[in-house]
Amino acid sequence: MLLSYLPILIMIGFATAMALGALFASFLMRPRNPYREKLSPWECGMEPVGDATGGHFRVHFFIIAILFVIFDVETLFLFPWAVLLTDKSISLFIFAEMIIFVAILALGLIYAWAKGALEWV
Amino acid sequence: MPDIATLLQVLLIVVKVGVVTMILFGLPLPLTWLERKVAGHIQVRLGPWRVGPHGLLQPFADMIKLLFKEDIVPYKADKLLFNLAPLITMVPAFAVFVAIPFGDSVMIPFINKEVTLYISDMNVGILYILAISGLGVYGLILGGWASNSKYALLGGLRSSAQMISYEVAMTFAAVGVVMMTNSLSLVEMVKAQSGSFLSWNIFYLPVGPVWFVIFLIAGLAEINRIPFDLTEDEGTLAAGFHTEYSGMKFAFFMLAEYVAMVTISILAVVMFFGGWNAPLEVPVPIPPIFWLVAKAAAFIYFFMWIRFTLPRYRYDQLMTIGWKILIPVALVNLLVTGFMRI
Repeated sequence: MLLSYLPILIMIGFATAMALGALFASFLMRPRNPYREKLSPWECGMEPVGDATGGHFRVHFFIIAILFVIFDVETLFLFPWAVLLTDKSISLFIFAEMIIFVAILALGLIYAWAKGALEWV
Repeated sequence: MPDIATLLQVLLIVVKVGVVTMILFGLPLPLTWLERKVAGHIQVRLGPWRVGPHGLLQPFADMIKLLFKEDIVPYKADKLLFNLAPLITMVPAFAVFVAIPFGDSVMIPFINKEVTLYISDMNVGILYILAISGLGVYGLILGGWASNSKYALLGGLRSSAQMISYEVAMTFAAVGVVMMTNSLSLVEMVKAQSGSFLSWNIFYLPVGPVWFVIFLIAGLAEINRIPFDLTEDEGTLAAGFHTEYSGMKFAFFMLAEYVAMVTISILAVVMFFGGWNAPLEVPVPIPPIFWLVAKAAAFIYFFMWIRFTLPRYRYDQLMTIGWKILIPVALVNLLVTGFMRI
């Protein structure tokens, strides 16, 4: 059981090691010639104005993130149901249950739609 | 103290992981060449031609160029996150391959030992893949934010919003496949589709093709390829979240993108096209892994073909497709599939 999850750790170690190795090789070979203009954030050649990360971003991205959390967690609940669906002793019961669940999910989507959370103007 | 058998198993895992990592690191070499060749021929050009025969050495030249590029960190950037972001994008893209099955077990001739052609058959395989590939979003948004450049920040926000939106539709498609095959393990999924091509999930009428289309559209958006490559919308966003990256770190983002494309291709094959199963009984013995590679290669070619054929969507159209079309269709399809399976 544990043995089937051990490869994840090994793979992460391998990938990180190879990435760091490539970075080190490039570190040995690349030129270093920095000056202020080269290191300034790219803004079409103009002097950059202000800070980009001052926390100013459209609130709509935040709404999408919240919607994602709700829907992704709800789809997660569908997985155990999907595996058990063909079990004849409970299949009718859980299918009816899932119709209610999906109906609530759809209601949430309709609400978000009606409130304009899905509009992107 | 672990016994010898366990140690041997661990050694085998290390060898397998090493081989897969090496292949994945080398994969962008043929893929970039192929992509540019396909682009060239679709646009009635030759594509790469000068470096080596048929431009075959072009990717090596690119690799050397990237190694020798100066590493630029903008003076306003958050240094730690800026350096960490490419790794956060790349490592999960590799870690996904732990759960991907390439074939059933084969006999190794000299040591007379049966070896499975997958690293690990997790009983939650598909869930693991969705979870780990979702982690790549952190790299995009952190890279965009840490650059402290307006284009990079906007690109990072847009790409993360796009990826999380389509992840919902992708999860629904995965649920559909789990319903059709009754298992979360990818190996079981392929075994449930054995037989002729009619037992593949794509031919599970009428719901199979619908799940496949949902999966394909969501997959295209997840790997940020045209028509959904809003993250690298060069007309409005310079280069998106990796505007400020150069040299090897830029290469890592590209590497992650190519590995993700291969992942989606193999997943489409495993979930809908019968994995390593042959489409028909063939009289000559063909190793099963050939079928998986051939089908995945067809998908990779399909993604390249789309890239040089279709224009790009607008951002509001992207959100409309994701939330207002794919998710309602998936919800209805979910009920229809459930009704068929009980």
